[in-house]
Amino acid sequence: MADARRETIVNIVLAVALFVVPAVAYVIDEPFFITLATRVAILALAGVGLNLALGLGGMVSFGHAAFFGLGGYVAGVLAHHAFSGTPVFWGIPGTNQMIIIWIVAIVLSGMLAAIIGALSLRTSGIFFIMITLAFAQMLFFFTLSWPAYGGEDGLPIFVRNQFPGLNTMRIWELFLLSYAVLMIAILLFRMVRNARFGAALMAIRQNPDRAAALGISPFGVKLAAFALSGMITGLAGAMMADLTRFVSPAMLAWQMSGELIVIIILGGVGRLFGPVAGAGILVAFEVFFGGITEHWQFWLGLVLLGVVLFARGGLIGLIAGRDRHG
Amino acid sequence: MNALLQIDGLQVFYGGSQALFGVELEVREGQAVALLGRNGMGKTTTIHALCRMLPSRAQTLRFAGRDLRSLSSYQVARLGVGLVPEGRRCFPNLTVTENLIAAARPGAWTLERVQEFFPRLGERENQYAATLSGGEQQMLAIGRALMTNPRLLVLDEATEGLAPVIRSEIWAAIAALKQEGLSILLVDKSLADLLPLSDHCVVLERGRTVWQGPPEGIEEEVKTQYLGL
Repeated sequence: MADARRETIVNIVLAVALFVVPAVAYVIDEPFFITLATRVAILALAGVGLNLALGLGGMVSFGHAAFFGLGGYVAGVLAHHAFSGTPVFWGIPGTNQMIIIWIVAIVLSGMLAAIIGALSLRTSGIFFIMITLAFAQMLFFFTLSWPAYGGEDGLPIFVRNQFPGLNTMRIWELFLLSYAVLMIAILLFRMVRNARFGAALMAIRQNPDRAAALGISPFGVKLAAFALSGMITGLAGAMMADLTRFVSPAMLAWQMSGELIVIIILGGVGRLFGPVAGAGILVAFEVFFGGITEHWQFWLGLVLLGVVLFARGGLIGLIAGRDRHG
Repeated sequence: MNALLQIDGLQVFYGGSQALFGVELEVREGQAVALLGRNGMGKTTTIHALCRMLPSRAQTLRFAGRDLRSLSSYQVARLGVGLVPEGRRCFPNLTVTENLIAAARPGAWTLERVQEFFPRLGERENQYAATLSGGEQQMLAIGRALMTNPRLLVLDEATEGLAPVIRSEIWAAIAALKQEGLSILLVDKSLADLLPLSDHCVVLERGRTVWQGPPEGIEEEVKTQYLGL
């Protein structure tokens, strides 16, 4: 179990680094890096959601942008109506309270994930990938062609939504909030993984027929995991909308789904802090190589290729050794 | 009539070829029934059909008063059929404890009790199942089935390929389970170990039940003709 101890150390280092970097930036007044760290935290949160489905359950969803985007639009639309003082529909008012927005985003994403899951979990492998992609694309084109909320142009959030006791317009305070939510989500992921539910989910990933012969319903367990996964990613979408103060169909595009998968693979599939490592690498590439060349994604692609070929466990696997996913 | 498991006229086809032509089998509450027959006569196929892991036809396929014919395999398991599959089939990349809790259902068998029953599973609780010895994996497979708190334990070749010392350990465990009143359906090649434990024997030959009766009733003729002894 030496590897497990090493992984714990890596996890602590990542958790501390994600806090210390923006803290230093705060002290020396470099808000740009605080924004980046917040972006890492929120992308990692979305990754934690996907990691539940992909890492523990082996469900390679190529449509998690649907939940991310839905969460984003919940934040955007509710803020839009709160700002203009118009009802959303049937007299329901908008809101600029993050807690309410988050709850709505979580509930709606969970419902959407339950519907998409119920239909797509009847398939597996490449068909599952394609069906989840198809659902996300449907939503993408829907937002693109629906003029009420900006359509193609997207929807700005003029003033960031509020959280009691914090001034979310100060990026440092928004970071602290995002960091806290990320840590809670990681804790939740850990609880799920160590619970009977997690064991059943991993058993199904390894052999669904064998699990069924022992009384585990593969469909039921996977559907519950997929819905929970969508909820977390949807919450991340709502938070991302508030960070960028802008929602657009791009949040629902297939590239976003791909980005989330890349985050998981770079960090380490199924690893507790894999999404944090992956999101960190992705954002670092975007910023540093993006500053040098427009084609930074080419270099990211090379790194991804290297990881897939030579370091299947991602960054955490490279440092802490292979785990059960090897 | 308090048959826990009742199978009548069970037929199974693998594609175009028929494997079972009418298996008859009954297990009563608290009984240990031995399913006998040479290799390839349909013992494992019968078990797979019982667990609904294979499509099958049957006049009767009942367990605990429920018709199994329209159920899926996880529903059969939840009714109380605890399968210990041939070749053990643990989840290699789960730890011993994860293997045990994954399919656990509430009842008298808890993690603590299984660890008490097989102390080695307690000692190795955080080890991956893939790193266990064959005997330990077999204990894990039995423990995993017990954790589902079954009404009928189905053991398919539970001592296959194990060292003699381990085999006698496993047989002792099975005897202890029988002593507690658990109903058991047993498949094994070692008649010397199997028969003393069994209350009733069912002999299969080419996918049919050809003989049944108490173990002491197995005559030389049955042994030579159907069991290849």
